[in-house]
Amino acid sequence: MMIGSLEATHPLQPGGRLLFDGAEWDFQTVHRVYDAVEAIAREELGLDVYPNQIEIISAEQMLDAYSSVGMPLMYAHWSYGKHFARDEALYRKGYTALAYEIVINSNPCISYCMEENTMAMQTLVIAHAAFGHNHFFKNNYLFQQWTDAAGILDYLDFAKRYVASCEERYGVEAVERTLDAAHALMGQGIFRYPRARKLSLADYERLRRERLERDEQDYRDLWRTVPSAPPAREQDVADDDARERKRNLRLPEENLLYFLEKNSPKLRTWQRELLRIVRNVAQYFYPQRQTKVMNEGCATFVHYTIVNRLYDKGLISEGALLEILHSHANVVAQFDYNDPRFSGFNPYALGFAMMQDIKRICVEPTDEDRVWFPDIAGRQDWAAVLRDVWANYRDESFIRQFLSPRLIRQFRMFALSDSATDPKVHVEAIHDDEGYRTVRSKLADSYDVANNEPDIQVVGADTLGDRPLVLRHTLRNGVGLSDAGKEATLRHIRRLWGYEVRLEETTG
Amino acid sequence: MAQFVDRRLNPRDKSLGNRQRFLRRIRSEVKRAVDKAVAERAIADVTKGGSVSIPSDGIDEPQFHLSRELGEREFVLPGNKEFVAGDTIDKPKGKAGGGGAGRDGSGSGRGEDPFSFALTEAEFLDILFEDLELPDLVKTSLKDSKAKEFRRAGYTNDGVTPNLAVLRTMRVSMGRRIALRRPSKSEIEALEQELETLRARPGAGVVERQRIVHLAREIERLKRRQRAIPFIDPIDVRYSRFTPVLVPRAKAVMFCLMDVSASMGEREKELAKRFFILLHLFLKRKYERVDIVFIRHTDEAAEVDEQEFFYGRETGGTVVSSALKEMLAIREARYPVGEWNVYCAQASDGDNSGSDSRECVALLTQTILPLVQYYAYIEIADEGSPLDGGGKELWRAYAGLKETTPGFAMARVAGRSDIYPVFRKLFAKQPNKGAVS
Repeated sequence: MMIGSLEATHPLQPGGRLLFDGAEWDFQTVHRVYDAVEAIAREELGLDVYPNQIEIISAEQMLDAYSSVGMPLMYAHWSYGKHFARDEALYRKGYTALAYEIVINSNPCISYCMEENTMAMQTLVIAHAAFGHNHFFKNNYLFQQWTDAAGILDYLDFAKRYVASCEERYGVEAVERTLDAAHALMGQGIFRYPRARKLSLADYERLRRERLERDEQDYRDLWRTVPSAPPAREQDVADDDARERKRNLRLPEENLLYFLEKNSPKLRTWQRELLRIVRNVAQYFYPQRQTKVMNEGCATFVHYTIVNRLYDKGLISEGALLEILHSHANVVAQFDYNDPRFSGFNPYALGFAMMQDIKRICVEPTDEDRVWFPDIAGRQDWAAVLRDVWANYRDESFIRQFLSPRLIRQFRMFALSDSATDPKVHVEAIHDDEGYRTVRSKLADSYDVANNEPDIQVVGADTLGDRPLVLRHTLRNGVGLSDAGKEATLRHIRRLWGYEVRLEETTG
Repeated sequence: MAQFVDRRLNPRDKSLGNRQRFLRRIRSEVKRAVDKAVAERAIADVTKGGSVSIPSDGIDEPQFHLSRELGEREFVLPGNKEFVAGDTIDKPKGKAGGGGAGRDGSGSGRGEDPFSFALTEAEFLDILFEDLELPDLVKTSLKDSKAKEFRRAGYTNDGVTPNLAVLRTMRVSMGRRIALRRPSKSEIEALEQELETLRARPGAGVVERQRIVHLAREIERLKRRQRAIPFIDPIDVRYSRFTPVLVPRAKAVMFCLMDVSASMGEREKELAKRFFILLHLFLKRKYERVDIVFIRHTDEAAEVDEQEFFYGRETGGTVVSSALKEMLAIREARYPVGEWNVYCAQASDGDNSGSDSRECVALLTQTILPLVQYYAYIEIADEGSPLDGGGKELWRAYAGLKETTPGFAMARVAGRSDIYPVFRKLFAKQPNKGAVS
């Protein structure tokens, strides 16, 4: 695929239109390259991005950024120190290289570029992060729905200062205990569905009036003659109270952190605020977890297309193009399942291949494509199709919709099923006519976050009496919780709730 | 529109705070690892920071995860070369399945591997000397308390140029300029601009001409005023003010006495040096003003410098009292008792002639012990000999002192691993005595 573009060798324009020559970079050159990249991104790909802020940082600062989940600021917690220690040790020993860039979903969109990068690499990084990721952040529905790009840095700044002030007032250890417990529940601290918006006072008033009118219209004098219920006994009143309290808790609730923040009988105000901070951070990252393939695919497709266009226009040299394609090829390498380096599907490889494939289906469809993708096959405006894909899908739906038989063949995918009771793994489908749909749907399933995370909800709680809290884990396909960390996490929940916590498992 | 920001000069170590929190959390494990490192390393490397490994239990971040073993799972893999639908494959032994698409945990420190990371030299020493203190550091010389330290104390009207407080000066100057209504440059420029345009316009009427005359006068007036009221007047200038503060200071001198006679083999010398290296580091780190005097002795004693003390090669007979006398002489000459806290640490293999030992004890009881705050003696015992009983000539001679004198401590070491515990024992912080530092 990549060699194809190399064949279109253009003689270099005389008079040196090259944007840069050699490996060294400086700010003027980076500026020029940025402008050239921007022209292609906006005019040819039609990308719509947040304003960019590109920051040049050193390797050490990159390590810093790594350890605070890639954010430029973060509240203080020992676990970030731990990650820093680990990353640093690995980096110093040469086991891992650092990323060329980190990009933050914020407005303006901040991308970090390492100072060690060559000019060619900076070009790649600008196209990849400042345009690819940036466009995706700004346009994908999940990010629009769940994250507030303009506010995140201010919020983190607030969080950092709030945590620091709590540490000052209540002691580092007390804050740490609360944060530890909250971190353990980060996976269960997310709203997976947007909740109903709170009614404005005007709406509420309108609804009330409508209800009143309906009552008047439906009025039947006859109902008055029906004998009413006997007066309630004391026992019933107590039961009613308990039911009322329970109703007020709005169970079941899947966001454990939210539930504890609002209802824990034991937490103090500042601890509730800490829980809120942790769950807001978790929520901010929720879209990223659902769009790894698309996000990286989008960025990789964008940098690949832009860099090739730069070369076609005679703006970068063959050497620079080769350097970029070399690291591009490393990034999109997909190892076979039996390769020692295999660790699942590479989101870069899969996303990039699928997007290239969509472009191909738009431009030169085969008969097979016309059957499978009648909507897009032969539509020449591939850029518009891709923009629509980037805006409206997440990994799961993207794969379910756009994984073509051709790619299934190319990756030689096969679907397996594995049961704990069976000593053998069964091959369900391979890359043949009978198998395409099964493979595609199973692969899509495996990208569904709901399948990969335990479904744990609060189903019972009482804020009075002996205050039990009941959690229910609904098993999917009999997959239970792993023992590692289960008890420890429950202990953290007990700490936050303050009273007995029970976890029950049911098959859904 | 893009902003380019060069962050390379921003302060590094943004995660230093997190790192310290992390270290605090794993303090006890790190401590164990540091102790081990001190015992195992070569003498020159004792203090270099470096890699430590700790078990990952205490730093787990638990979360709910789905099990990989239970229930039924379906997944898709790439790279099929041999299978067709309906085939069965034996499960690989050890780990199940192979997992779906890249769900290989989140790298949150699970697993049994020990967690390994590097300590810096400062962190290493911090942990090494935690809770150690020179005992009875009390004498505060009044004479020397005149040690001055300069502290900031607001602003002053006069001073030397290096102390010029630019921001404050500009603030005062601006206040004065506003109060005196000094015309600003832009104000004059605006008028000049207007004058220019009016003059450039041909065929000016009466109004315009009047305006031109008025403007010229106005500009003239403003410029005069501007000259009369300077931008920065000498009365605006402020300087940062520093006041000397007297800080009380405890002065201490540590005498390090080491036997390097022929009876001390390589092993004994190495152990003794190891002890003194720790002591030296400890003092250098904890106390700004501790004088250290190195005395080594064979049958005669000499004051040597640090390098010579630790790395020199000298050998000969043994007369322990020579070192004690040398120490007394130096103390007499340089460290008057009224001002100095005196400490003494002595290391020897315990071989000495009986008569000299008696002389040592006499010296100690009559002259030295009344002078010093603390006297520590370590005996380098033979390998594998019991540490509680026995002891050689000098040990037996000193044994009586231990009972009678509170400021005297002695211990025996037989191997590398004993050094650090003994060192800690001798210099452990004593909770009931308020130390002055």
